[in-house]
Order: sequence, then C-alpha cells, then structure tokens
Amino acid sequence: MSKSFFVDTTVCTACRGCQVACKQWHDLPAETTQNRGSYQNPEDLSFDTYKLVRMKEREIGGKLQWLFFPEQCRHCLEPPCRDTAGQPEAIYTDSATGAVLYTANTRGLNVKEIIEACPYNIPRASQDGTLAKCDMCVDRVKNGLQPACVKTCPTGAMNFGDREAMLAMAKKRLKEVQAKYPKASLLDPEDVRVVYLTAFDPALYHEFAVASGYASGITRQVALRKMAAPLTRWIRALG
Amino acid sequence: MTNHWIDIKNSDCILICGSNAAENHPISFKYVTEARKKGATLISVDPRFTRTSAKADIFAQIRSGTDIAFLGGMIKYILDNRLYNKAYVAAYTNAPFIVGKDFSFKKGLFSGYDKTTRKYDKKTWAFELDEKGVPKMDRSLKHPRCVFQLLKKHYSRYTPDKVSRITGIAVKDLKRIYKAYGATGAPGKAGTIMYAMGWTQHTVGTQNIRTMAIIQLLLGNMGVSGGGVNALRGESNVQGSTDHCLLWHIWPGYLKTPRASNGSLDAYNKKYTPKSNDPLSANWWRNYPKYSVSLLKSFFGEAATAANDFGYNWLPKVDDGVPYSWLDLFDAMYKGQIKGFFAWGQNPACSGSNAGKVRQALKNLDWLVNVNLFDNETGSFWKGPGMDPAQIKTEVFMLPACVSVEKEGSITNSGRWMQWRYQGPKPMGNSRPDGDIIMDLFQRIRALYQDGGAFPEPIRNLKWDYLTDGKYDPHKVAKEINGYFLKDVTVKGKAFKKGTLVPSFTYLQADGSTSSGNWLYCNSYTEKGNMAARRSKRDAVNGIGLFPKFAWCWPVNRRIIYNRASVDLKGEPWDKNHWVIRWTGSKWIGDVPDGGWPPLGSLEKPDPKSKWAFIMRKHGHAQIFGPGRAEGPFPEHYEPLECPVEKNLMNPQRVNPVAAIFEGRADTFATCDPRYPYVGTTYRVSEHWQTGLMTRTQPWLLELQPQVFVEMSEELAKLKGIKNGERVLAKSARGSLECTAIVTKRIKPLNIAGTVVHEVGFPYHYGWRWPESGKEDSANLLTPSAGDANTRIPETKAFMVNIVKI
Ligand code: SF4
Ligand code: SF4
Repeated sequence: MSKSFFVDTTVCTACRGCQVACKQWHDLPAETTQNRGSYQNPEDLSFDTYKLVRMKEREIGGKLQWLFFPEQCRHCLEPPCRDTAGQPEAIYTDSATGAVLYTANTRGLNVKEIIEACPYNIPRASQDGTLAKCDMCVDRVKNGLQPACVKTCPTGAMNFGDREAMLAMAKKRLKEVQAKYPKASLLDPEDVRVVYLTAFDPALYHEFAVASGYASGITRQVALRKMAAPLTRWIRALG
Repeated sequence: MTNHWIDIKNSDCILICGSNAAENHPISFKYVTEARKKGATLISVDPRFTRTSAKADIFAQIRSGTDIAFLGGMIKYILDNRLYNKAYVAAYTNAPFIVGKDFSFKKGLFSGYDKTTRKYDKKTWAFELDEKGVPKMDRSLKHPRCVFQLLKKHYSRYTPDKVSRITGIAVKDLKRIYKAYGATGAPGKAGTIMYAMGWTQHTVGTQNIRTMAIIQLLLGNMGVSGGGVNALRGESNVQGSTDHCLLWHIWPGYLKTPRASNGSLDAYNKKYTPKSNDPLSANWWRNYPKYSVSLLKSFFGEAATAANDFGYNWLPKVDDGVPYSWLDLFDAMYKGQIKGFFAWGQNPACSGSNAGKVRQALKNLDWLVNVNLFDNETGSFWKGPGMDPAQIKTEVFMLPACVSVEKEGSITNSGRWMQWRYQGPKPMGNSRPDGDIIMDLFQRIRALYQDGGAFPEPIRNLKWDYLTDGKYDPHKVAKEINGYFLKDVTVKGKAFKKGTLVPSFTYLQADGSTSSGNWLYCNSYTEKGNMAARRSKRDAVNGIGLFPKFAWCWPVNRRIIYNRASVDLKGEPWDKNHWVIRWTGSKWIGDVPDGGWPPLGSLEKPDPKSKWAFIMRKHGHAQIFGPGRAEGPFPEHYEPLECPVEKNLMNPQRVNPVAAIFEGRADTFATCDPRYPYVGTTYRVSEHWQTGLMTRTQPWLLELQPQVFVEMSEELAKLKGIKNGERVLAKSARGSLECTAIVTKRIKPLNIAGTVVHEVGFPYHYGWRWPESGKEDSANLLTPSAGDANTRIPETKAFMVNIVKI
C-alpha cells in the first residue's frame, strides 16, 4: 500500500528532533554553521541536510506568530524531478511505498535542470554533482518502522502511514484547526505524499511551501518530456 | 510534581510560566498538545516569546523577577470575582484558621523583623489555638483575622494597574489571563502550572511557588487530575537525587539534617516531629522517629543500637544558623576556607552563578577531583581564559564516569516515577559507573582508618554491603533504600521474617527492628519484586492515564498526591469525568488514596474515623497562610537584587529583606546604574543541555545552535546600532561575555511605570573548552551570587547588564 506523511505544523514546536534524527539515521555529517541571528540552522537544505525546520517571525492580524515548517521532499505522486531526469536508474519511484528515490547515478544528470524542475526546491547537489534529498527512510519503512523523523517527533506533528489513512487524518485535523484559523489549509494534498497543514497563508512559512509553477500542474520541461515519452517508448519498442 | 507528565493531558487550562516546556521539556508537549486538542487553553507568560509561546492561546511578556506581582494580581482577581471553590477552600485549606492578634504587615515587612540580623522572629505568625491546642477556625471565612480575610487584605494592593506598572503586562492582557485561569475554580475544572528555574532562581524563588500554590488552593486545583503544582525538573533524575538528599539541609526522604544543638537522637526526633492535638489530623510526620531510626539502621546496620542512639552521633551536624548551600560553599572556597573538592557530575565553572568568582575560587584548592564523562571547564579551569597556569597550584584528578545508559539503576522523573533502567552498552574505555567509583573510594578510605585516625567510628561502622563479585550492585542498593525487617516481628497483626523486605513505610519502626534508606521509597522493591521495573500498559479504573503498574511512584505508588482533596466531603469527585479517587461507601477506588480513612462526611460533624485532607500538614489543612517560610506567611513582591527601578511600587522594601546576599570584591551588584541599564535573564534551548558538556561536543547539536547569543528587541538593537547576527559584548557588574546578537520581534521593550525598560536574554549552555574556537563562554559570567532566603538558590533569572558593540 502506498504511503504518505501528514505534517501538522499547528502543533510543531520546532524542537528539531526530526532534523537531528534524519541526520542520525542517514549518518549525515554536521555542517559547520554560524549563528546568523536566527535559531534556524543550517540556513538551507544541502547535500548533507535533507530535513530542515524553517522558522519565521510574522505579525499576523496584530499578533506575533513564530511559524515552523519542518521541510522535506514531498515525494510527489508525479514527481517532476523524476520525469525531468527520465532515467529510472538515477531517480525512480518505489512502487511499494511511493517514495521518490535518488541513486548515485544522479551524478550524471543536469543538476540545474533537476533542481529547477522541483516545484518545492528540494534536491541539492554535492561537489561532484550527485543529488540527494529525503528518501522517506525507505529502508526503515520496508522493515516495518516509521521514518526517523516521525519516530522522534514528540508532538504528533509528524505522522506517517497508508496514504488513505493520512489523508483522512489530515482532513479531520483541518476541520478542527479551521474552527480557530479560518485560513488553515492542506498544501497540495492531491499531488504529494507529504501533506502539510498550515494555519495561515503558506507563503508566510516558506517560499516553497506550496508548489511553484504548479498552476499548470507541471513545468515546461516535464511537459516537453512527457510529450516526447510515448514517441521514445515507441522507438524503443521498435528497436 | 504533585501530578505527573501524562496527567497534563487532563487539564482545562495550562499556565506555563517560569519554564519553557516546548523547548526544554519537549516530550511534555505531547501531553500539552493532547490537552489543547481537547480544548484546553494554553497560557505562556515569559520575558520573551518562546517556542512555547508560539503554541499558546494567550501570551504575555513579563519583566523578569516580577512573578509575585503577576500572581498576586491573580489572587486578587479570583477573590474579587468569587472564582474560588468555596467548599474546597473552607474544608481543605487553612483559610478558616484564626491568626494571632499581633500579626501584622506594614511597609513591606511582616511583624517580627530584626534589621540587624536581617531575619524574622516568626512568633507572631502563629495561629490562635483553642483550649485543646487545636487551631481556632471559622469555616464561614468571615472572622476578620481568619487567613481568608487576611489574604484578601494582603492582596487588595495588587490592582491590575499596579501589577501592570510593575510587570510590564498590559492591563487587558492581565485580565484575559486571570479570567481564563480563574475559570478553573469551577468544580470539575482543572488548571495546572508548569514551572521550572524561571520561577525558582530568584531571591524570591520559594515565594514564587508559594503564590501559585495559593492560587491552586483557592481554585481547588490541588489533588485533582489536570491540576497540581508541577515543577519540571531539569535533569532526568533531579527528582531522585533530591529525594535522596542531594541538598545539604535534608537527609533522604526529606528528613532534616541535624544541627549542632540537636545533641541526641531523642532531642533530634523531638525537635522535628510535629505534634497535633487534633484527632482528625493524620499529621503524618508524627512518624518521623520511625523513619529516622530506620535510616540510621540502614547506614550502620548491627553497629547501630539503642544504646548508642543508632549511631546518630556518628553523623555530621551543621552549625545552627549557618548555611552550607552551593553559594556558601563557593564563597568559602573563594575565601580560601575549603581546600579539597569533588566536582561530581557537575561543571561549576560554567553552571555556577557568578562563574568568574567560581573559577577564581577553584584556584584556592589544594586538590580537585573531577568525576565526569569528559573533561570540562571545571577540570581545566587552570588553563581557562585569564588564568596563568604557572601560578596555580591546584592538583586536578580526572575520574572518568560512564554515561547513564552504560549502567543499570533507577531514575526518578519529575512525576516521582522511579523507573528501572537496564544497562545498554558496556562502559567505554576505563570509565566506570558512579556507584563503582564511590564504593572503591570508600573502601580505600576505610582501609586507611583501620589503624585509627580521628573519629573512625562512622567510617568503620558504615554498613555498605553493596558489592556482588566485587562490583557495585544497584539491586542491593535499591533493596536497602526500600528497607528490611531486621528481626522476626509482628506488625499490625502480620508476621514478618528477619531479612525480608518491608512492604511499605507503614510497617517501619522506631525501635531498630527495621531499616530503610529512604522511607519515601519503602514499597519500591519488595518481596514481590522490583516495582520500578514494571512495564504494564494497563490504566487504572478511572482511565485518566495513571498506569499504576508501569514503574513505581512515591509515596506508595500514589500517582497524584493530595488526592483526598479531589473529592467533596462525601467522597464524590469534583470532576466526574477525570476522577482520581472515589468512595464506594466502603472503600476508595482509583488512585492509591492519601490514606484509607473514610470521607469526612460533613464539617459540622466529621466522621471520627476520617482525617483532614492534607495529611502531611501538622493541622491537616493545606497552607494558604505559610508561617514557616523565611520572608513571611504571604508572598510579597520584592524586586530582584539587581533591578531597573528605584522603587518597589508595592511596598517600601525594594528587595527581599531576608535574601541571601554576599559581600566582597567578586560580589558587586548594580541597581538603577546607567552602566548596566538592561534587564538580563538566562535560559536553555532545546538543542543543548545544562552547561553543554554532552551537547556542545555533539556536532549535530552544535550545527543547530553553534554559538552563545543574546536575544534583544528590534528597538534596542536600533538604539545601540546593533545588526542582527553581529558579535556584541554583554557586561554586568561581575563579568562580560562575547555573544552573537539575535535581533527579534519576540522581545519588545516594556513599559514599566511609564518608563521604557529593555530586557535581553542569554542561553547558559556554553563554555570556552568547546566549541574549538574557545570563544563561546558561559552566560553565568554575568549572573549574581545572590540567593533565595529559604533555599539559597542563586538569582540567575533577573540581573542587570549592558550590551555594547565590539
Ligand atoms: S520533531 Fe515534530 S515537533 Fe519537533 S520540529 Fe520536527 S515536526 Fe516539529
Ligand atoms: S518534492 Fe521535488 S524532489 Fe521531492 S519528489 Fe517532488 S519534485 Fe522530486
């Protein structure tokens, strides 16, 4: 059965347990950081940082809000990164879970093109051009465990399970939250496997909280590749 | 905690003040979140907007050190608007007690103050007694000298306007908070307080908690589910170490450390065993001698006999009237009066208030033994900033201790749950469990005393038979703490065999026939097994999350203490949904009740077989009027020792008249001094722990919070021309600290009596030893060594600083 996350930012306390648990499970090195006048650190996702809790101070309706957004790859149902790459040995969707997975073969891809293809600005490259991002802890999940970030979350902000169950949970929680925050919404729930709930306009949390360039549903490159795809397949079949 | 972590989920209104639970007790937010999802209101009151505030329904920014004003205003609001639970207050608290005629409060001082000794004679704070020696009461609460009326009078001065001028919280915000919290006075509703060092680390720390206790009693929130007064402990086992006498003034189980004047066991027991003439008062501490003698038997075994006072005089006694707290010890060390020091599992060079003084004090030692996981700023103080190693003669020894998961034993969490833990990995390298280190140390010391030495009896006679195959055995210690029958005896009609474990403290004896290393823990390790190791996930009949067979909780597995107050006089719970105990007509069900006696029935004709609800109090009633505290029976607002105002708006005494104050070159203080114009405070962040010894060395955590910082408002930054993220210098009368500026909307300038007051804050987790740059040092270089009058905890949460550009 395909999987999904439900991320309830309304209860996230930015404890950043998820951010550290991610590094721990994937054995990712710490970055050398500096306090830049913010708690948020590192500043951005990187080849060594798949999960980042973004923090924004906003005044909304005369009231101060500190908005927390535990960011990660959305594991899109139709991932533009995968479709842009067009190389299943580099980027593919795991059929059992729905996880979008990057391999060492991403090294040959056009880094800029892949990053630009992602409507959530997620993938990051190493010096040698290999790409990396959240892998849904697919090794854990296939062994009956929850992703490390979900396991560690104390508040119930991070949830993981069968897609239907997660969507149901998200919708139920949205209703509850809307009673207090009428502008609350689920972010791109039909398109992604990491469904966020925010109390306010998602743009206040993070520039890429909702898909950019998703108005048309897909980016230009993807559109082009999709158009070309049947043709390529046909040529292959002939070959 | 009077309640426990899980029980937070049962609350209707959660006040988080003096703590920052979301950041520093992250798991607690599981239960806070659960309560909120069920509709509970969350209130955050803090000098800055924290990650806790980010989740709160109501937030108010308070000036550090003004909590009594804030809470005193709440008491007035509750009384003025009759939000208190009258039946509860009249039946279970000392509100009806009549106070003696000579009690007074004038100009910020209670009756009995002596200016020269800076101490109170508490004689006039006593209750009037009837001919039988029982306090006189007026259950209608109308007598002009009853506690309730005195309370009203005392807090009548705490008007919203005045409170606002002191705290900086706008009147409308005060009223919103008072209303929301006051609503929990309705029977069946519960409000809880989650506090930590933000309340205790003040010259009025104890009284901060007292003020909240008064509020909880007025609202009927003690003993009930979702209520209580809940201290969030800062280490996994702080509760346990306190229970087992970490502090100088107590013996295990909160027995008193003897004074020099308590010359014999009999004199000692007489002095500390309270007497009540009220047959309805359980006066539980009447059992004091059973607990003290059982403790002595546990220390000295066979050598302790009635003839030698069970070894009472082998134990050290403290001089009368002389304190031996942390601040006092380091002051003595600073003055060269202490020559040797075991720094065991601590890092005073960073954790001690006025850390500069502490670091200087360490120079006066002949030897220092540092028992810790890693080297730290204390062990390496001699090569720290400003030190000249060639001039320091202190010999430092490092004994590597292993980490908690590498050894077996118990921890007692904030909720009083004693939980057994098993060994995970084996200790690394040559590190050892603390138990092994201390046993080894003791055996070597004992060997030195075999041929004499000064006063060898206590060392030779100490029973310590805790080794198994030459190693410290935590099970033997845990059983010793529980206690044994030392003879074949029959107690309460039950026969017990010599050498068996005592089933509960109600069986302990004062004649030497039982031992117990800590009476409060008697029942934790019995003939039925190690109760702390239980892991049942089944809830109790009331379904409120007590999980009575998961681990074990003191006392006698009672999960919510004072629970006799959770029911009315008939034994019916105030809260029918989240009930704690309930009288079936013949017995109590639910939690372990505070004694099995039947309910009172009525106040006019109480069942003679019953007992008043608060069994640990001499008179059986909870103390709204607390005549035992150093600075008076009612909490009063006094300014911090260092503060930004010339005058205390509440009374003419600026600071706590009995606060612990130190004098000398290292102890300078600055109030209303233009050189130090801003209020400073210290705190923790989620990403580091304590002085950071276990977290600063952890790259993943250092990545999150790499540097010591100072948080300040955008307005202050503008005033000082400071840019977000730039390095600045913070200075106090005692020291300075380079740190990174976080300029934030989360702190705003405060309006204090018409004047703009700026507050800034620092995390205290850093030290020069790590990170490698050596530039991130402890915020305690700034804090003062002034302390609370009762506990002498230092006032690290409110002091004065300046911030300058580098
Ligand atoms: S672990 Fe949970 S609460 Fe903590 S930052 Fe991550 S999502 Fe938020
Ligand atoms: S979020 Fe970006 S990286 Fe993740 S699957 Fe979607 S397109 Fe790919």
